[in-house]
Amino acid sequence: MSSAFELAYPESQPAMASSRGSLHPRLLKAPVVLHASGVTKSYRKGKVEVPVLNGVDIEVVEGEFQAIVGASGSGKSTLLHLLATLDQPDTGEIYFEENRIDNLPASSRDILRNRYIGMIFQFYHLLPELTALENVLMPVMIHHGIISYTLQRRKFRQRAKELLDLVGLSHRLKHRPREMSGGEMQRVAIARSLMANPRLLLADEPTGNLDRAAGEEIMEIIHELNSAYDVTIVMVTHDMSIAAQADRTVRLAEGKVESVSFQS
Amino acid sequence: MYKLLLSWRYLKSRYIALASIVSVTLGVATLIVVNSVMAGFSDEMHKRLHGILSDIVIRSHDLNGLPDPEWHVNEIKQIAGDDIEAMTAAIQIPAMINFRDNIQGQWITQPITLIGIDQQTYGEVSDFSKYLLHPENRRQLNFLLKENDYGRGKRDRFPVSGWARRRVSAEWEQQAVESQTNDLTTNVLEFDANDIPPSPFPLVDDSGVEGRGETVDGLVEGEVPGVPFQALDEPQLVFDPSTEQHTGIILGISICSLRGRDTNGEVMDYYFALPGDDVKITVPNSGQPPKAVSDSFTIVDFYESEMSEYDSSFAFVPLSKIQDLRGMVDVQSGTKSVSTIQLKLKAGADLNVVKQKLQARFPVQQFGYQIQTWRDMQGPLLAAVQLETTILNILLFLIIAVAGFGILATFFMIVVEKTRDVGILKSLGAPSGGVMSIFLGYGLSLGTVGSGVGLVLGLLFVEHINTIAGWIEKVTGQEVFDPTIYYFNQIPVIVNPVTCVWVVVGAIAIAVIASILPARKAAKLHPVEALRYE
Ligand SMILES: Nc1ncnc2c1ncn2[C@@H]1O[C@H](COP(=O)(O)OP(=O)(O)O)[C@@H](O)[C@H]1O
Ligand SMILES: [Mg+2]
Repeated sequence: MSSAFELAYPESQPAMASSRGSLHPRLLKAPVVLHASGVTKSYRKGKVEVPVLNGVDIEVVEGEFQAIVGASGSGKSTLLHLLATLDQPDTGEIYFEENRIDNLPASSRDILRNRYIGMIFQFYHLLPELTALENVLMPVMIHHGIISYTLQRRKFRQRAKELLDLVGLSHRLKHRPREMSGGEMQRVAIARSLMANPRLLLADEPTGNLDRAAGEEIMEIIHELNSAYDVTIVMVTHDMSIAAQADRTVRLAEGKVESVSFQS
Repeated sequence: MYKLLLSWRYLKSRYIALASIVSVTLGVATLIVVNSVMAGFSDEMHKRLHGILSDIVIRSHDLNGLPDPEWHVNEIKQIAGDDIEAMTAAIQIPAMINFRDNIQGQWITQPITLIGIDQQTYGEVSDFSKYLLHPENRRQLNFLLKENDYGRGKRDRFPVSGWARRRVSAEWEQQAVESQTNDLTTNVLEFDANDIPPSPFPLVDDSGVEGRGETVDGLVEGEVPGVPFQALDEPQLVFDPSTEQHTGIILGISICSLRGRDTNGEVMDYYFALPGDDVKITVPNSGQPPKAVSDSFTIVDFYESEMSEYDSSFAFVPLSKIQDLRGMVDVQSGTKSVSTIQLKLKAGADLNVVKQKLQARFPVQQFGYQIQTWRDMQGPLLAAVQLETTILNILLFLIIAVAGFGILATFFMIVVEKTRDVGILKSLGAPSGGVMSIFLGYGLSLGTVGSGVGLVLGLLFVEHINTIAGWIEKVTGQEVFDPTIYYFNQIPVIVNPVTCVWVVVGAIAIAVIASILPARKAAKLHPVEALRYE
């Protein structure tokens, strides 16, 4: 199986290259940040194998805002988890800045998630015992040991406050997640995902659990990150109006990329 | 960094963890209290046993003792003189005591161990003097009845005793005799209450030695021993109990007293006889076969070591009195025998080394002496206390182990509850080891906080244990620490820092060990599944 995919790999390359031609001109010369080819993943339910992804190819270039859409259960979250190295594909390869990352040892993948790839989720996934500020500081706390962290504490807190300020939450530093609204929690999550200054931001339906107004605020922030701060973003979404604003929209169906469309 | 922060936050936010802390706390506190009390008891017992017994005792297997104590003493000085601080010779023989109970008026007979001691040196080899009731005897023992003041500084509610008591009872006695017999011409007074006038007859002693014993064969109750005779060198035919005493005897306090409660539930001592009263002692003489000889003695003091075994059986009289009474004199040399030689060693001298030297000098096959250290003599008792402490410790550590299982269960719950947090941490790049150490750190802090509080509580409890026992008594009306049983007025405690450290370290270790399994479970959680966990 895996060798067959490896053989198939060069052939999919021109298809990718040609599709790049339709990208926004500003992105045409941008280097590839993330690149997946022939990714498959199936879950085992008892003895039955449930295939979720059947050979997905994806490419993300620096500065791009890419949307992944598809029916519920089509494998969008699964794909995102694989891209974030939270899970490993059965077959296929994933490259981050030309380095293969899907088969890295756990410790290297931990570092990748900690410093190079930020993530936000539909359900915010903040740590309930910590304040907003502490949640934002979490990635650097994980990165640094006690001594190193304590020495740079001032600097880190300063950055965390700036990020919270950026998402408009400078007044809620000491609040716990349960004292905040969904939109506010998601903004804390965004600040947290930016703390380590990642090259890539993966977002899994960040507005899926929010009302329209809060969702729009979140999208504004994400767009601003992309346009003003040049953060590369891959975002899974249900919302076609959001997808329409993306540089590239990948549609998943039955575990495959059904179509790729570009912003006109 | 995040590990500390999260361990701390989990500790603060999970009240269920409090239950684990409390169980660790209770376990640690109980262990410390129990160990301190046991150590206190054990130490108190060691002190008492050691105080009562001298360091090394050389005992003749034969009741008639080792002849020529002088020679023995010199030999011992030669082989172990450097280590010896004091030495005394004594006689220890079984005897019967017979006295009139001044509460019920009945005659009481009891077996006792009669010990003949040298009043100069006996107090030097052990803490004997310390246990006497009269302050003067505590300073320097003599066998003379004191005016009063018994129990001062020791038993402050001790009844009037000594000459003060003796004069009154002699007077009362005389009146009773007068009124009973109406024979006012009798000038032979009884030396003891209710005795029928004595029939002084010459004393017969089988050993042929001049002694003041008499055979008791055919002695019927009420028919009485003979001429009271004593201390004062001149034999007197007329004995005036209000001014004279027989040879002094020091009785173990429980021989003639009982501790019990009065109608109000107060602890009371009931004395059947008191210093100033007379008793009769019957001992086997040194004849073949031994015959019983008896003589009268005046109680001159009580001995209260607070070890009931000794207090209820020991009676002390002057060494020479027993030697005379039993006829323990070698006809040829004229030396008097003793049955034990007791040694007190200098501080730092090795008990067993001296014991071995003595054993080499006095081999069993040649001399038939038993040479024992005080530990040998009380070996089984000391071993029993040790065993008791060990078993209690095992049982109590099981309590902490139960607390450990409590932590295990609690932690599994917390890990399940925190599954999503684990997923979040892993998605942020926390390594499995880091996740594991959050929970291990959690266990460590539970153990540390729990045992720290337990340590403080335990020490406070030990510090105030007698006050607390007092409160509990007041509240429940139930005596916690019954002085009628233990002979201690206070619960003795000794805090051993090493034990405390072990208990605390042990409890922390158990808490950490109990958190290993849940921590591993958390570390092994798959991040995606943990994130999807609802
Ligand atoms: N741990 C799992 N075990 C079994 N099936 C799973 C597991 N996780 C996801 N699935 C299945 O994989 C499919 C894709 O899930 P997901 O990637 O979450 O879809 P989407 O995010 O597009 O809605 C679904 O049918 C889901 O039931
Ligand atoms: Mg999904």
